[in-house]
Amino acid sequence: MTDLTDLTIAQVISGLSKKDFSATELTKAYIKNMQNGRKYNAYVTECVETALKQAKVSDEKYLNNTARQLEGVPLGIKDLFCTKGIKTTACSQILENFVPEYESTVTANLLNAGALFLGKLNMDEFAMGGSNETSFFGPCINPWSKDVDLISGGSSGGSAAAVCAKMCAAATGTDTGGSIRQPAAYCGITGVKPTYGRCSRYGIIAFASSLDQAGPMAKDVTDCAILLKHMAGFDEKDSTSAKIEVPDFVKVLGSDIRGLKVGIPIEYRSDKLNLSIAKAWDLAADMLRKRGAEIVDISLPHTKYALPVYYIIAPAEASSNLARYDGLRYGKRIDGNSLDEMYINSRTAGFGKEVKRRIMVGTYVLSAGYYDAYYVKAQKVRRLIRQDFISAFEKCDIILAPTSPTTAFAIGDKSMQSNPINMYLNDVFTVSVNLAGLPAMSLPTGLCEQGLPIGMQLIGKPFDEETIFKTGLALEQDANFKRK
Amino acid sequence: MAVDNQTVEQIAFLSRLKIDENKLEETKDEFNKILNWVAELQEVNTDNVEQLVSVNEENLFCREDVVKDGNIKNEVLKNVPLSEFGYFAVPKVVE
Repeated sequence: MTDLTDLTIAQVISGLSKKDFSATELTKAYIKNMQNGRKYNAYVTECVETALKQAKVSDEKYLNNTARQLEGVPLGIKDLFCTKGIKTTACSQILENFVPEYESTVTANLLNAGALFLGKLNMDEFAMGGSNETSFFGPCINPWSKDVDLISGGSSGGSAAAVCAKMCAAATGTDTGGSIRQPAAYCGITGVKPTYGRCSRYGIIAFASSLDQAGPMAKDVTDCAILLKHMAGFDEKDSTSAKIEVPDFVKVLGSDIRGLKVGIPIEYRSDKLNLSIAKAWDLAADMLRKRGAEIVDISLPHTKYALPVYYIIAPAEASSNLARYDGLRYGKRIDGNSLDEMYINSRTAGFGKEVKRRIMVGTYVLSAGYYDAYYVKAQKVRRLIRQDFISAFEKCDIILAPTSPTTAFAIGDKSMQSNPINMYLNDVFTVSVNLAGLPAMSLPTGLCEQGLPIGMQLIGKPFDEETIFKTGLALEQDANFKRK
Repeated sequence: MAVDNQTVEQIAFLSRLKIDENKLEETKDEFNKILNWVAELQEVNTDNVEQLVSVNEENLFCREDVVKDGNIKNEVLKNVPLSEFGYFAVPKVVE
């Protein structure tokens, strides 16, 4: 009998419907992998008992023909989503014992569709990081590691590793500057950062609210399409969620891409780009060309400013969002002789190094005297970056680019540790997409010389995830990447 | 625009954080590295460019200002580190 955890969500739903196996058997198989895979440090909270209870309910629903669309599908949830009654920490010491009294809209949507949750997944503290090393619970290890432990990527590192090592059928992630796509690339899985506004942010612990967006991380393109359909939708509890109908993304899969104009941004061809990634990029363009797509050069002239803009705007919004951790209403509290002293003691003990750094940078760029020079300037250049994409999309329908300039690197890498900017540079191909609010997918198309996965990125027009999905499936079929 | 130790301490206070005396120099250096790096933006001409505050300005809406839940005092207080008489408890602020 095949291993149930090899199956995609599409296959799982079909197998459960035909009663080839039960949700309980499937959940038990995933729990076994979770327990055998604890060395990866992907889960920070395991929910074995509730998952098995939910699986039993799902089995009953299959028996009496009331199964919902994701009935019995075992998922992992990034620890940034508030889950009612289940500890939610954002992998920060300050929320070490926080148990939400409410459910985020995205996870509520998944539960209402019949999915069950195996546990909460590791991530960089408050999603601030690109390697999962800033987590209070320690780094998550990339299942592709051989002699040396490699990073899983970040911030959704636990989600990527758990999907890769078959410790869940799929996972949720969030992406503020590349946090779904970059770990997906490093772990050889598929992840989608939807258009800003596609998924509700209600109940997702806020990092940078004008950039944060939730999305699916899964074994393949089809599974991402299935999941996103259920995660997305207008929610009156998030005023930035879009009042736009959610299409059935699965329906476009398999439609042909003849005549599609695929843009190649010339500014992404830097000498810092790893050679095997540059090669994989050319190969991917070739695959699409052979399918009848037209490859066109495009220019995104403000690309080099995207990272500086991001590292002003994201910390600015973070410093404001994280002001709520005051030791008073929830989270860690360390007393002091005055209110200020209590705030300072609680926050100094509760936040990690990178989070403190970003809060301080954000506070500085928003402070009187520097606001115009840094923050307002960044907001203006952000418009120019978005304008670059609007102009590019007059010449093409979708953009093809690498997800990251390198493949996964070692945990504790010296050059990354010595200068925070070196770590920030890994997001060079992903942050512009968040600044412009666009949808994008990362999918694995090959391996580098060291045998590690390479991710390719497809960037679409606002609310045109459908073109991304159909192009992604074509690329997936032609690349024929062997999942771990 | 390099910052000095005193500015770093001031920013830390505004952020309600404390920096260890022996970490001050290191923090200042990292801070300046980041500020120098983002200063690259000054070379971009942004005359007549409006700030981009939100990417979805067309979609923003207001919902009716009505209470839809309520009577959830216990839930609100569930994660409080210290509460007294059903309130959030703060250190003494008046003599």
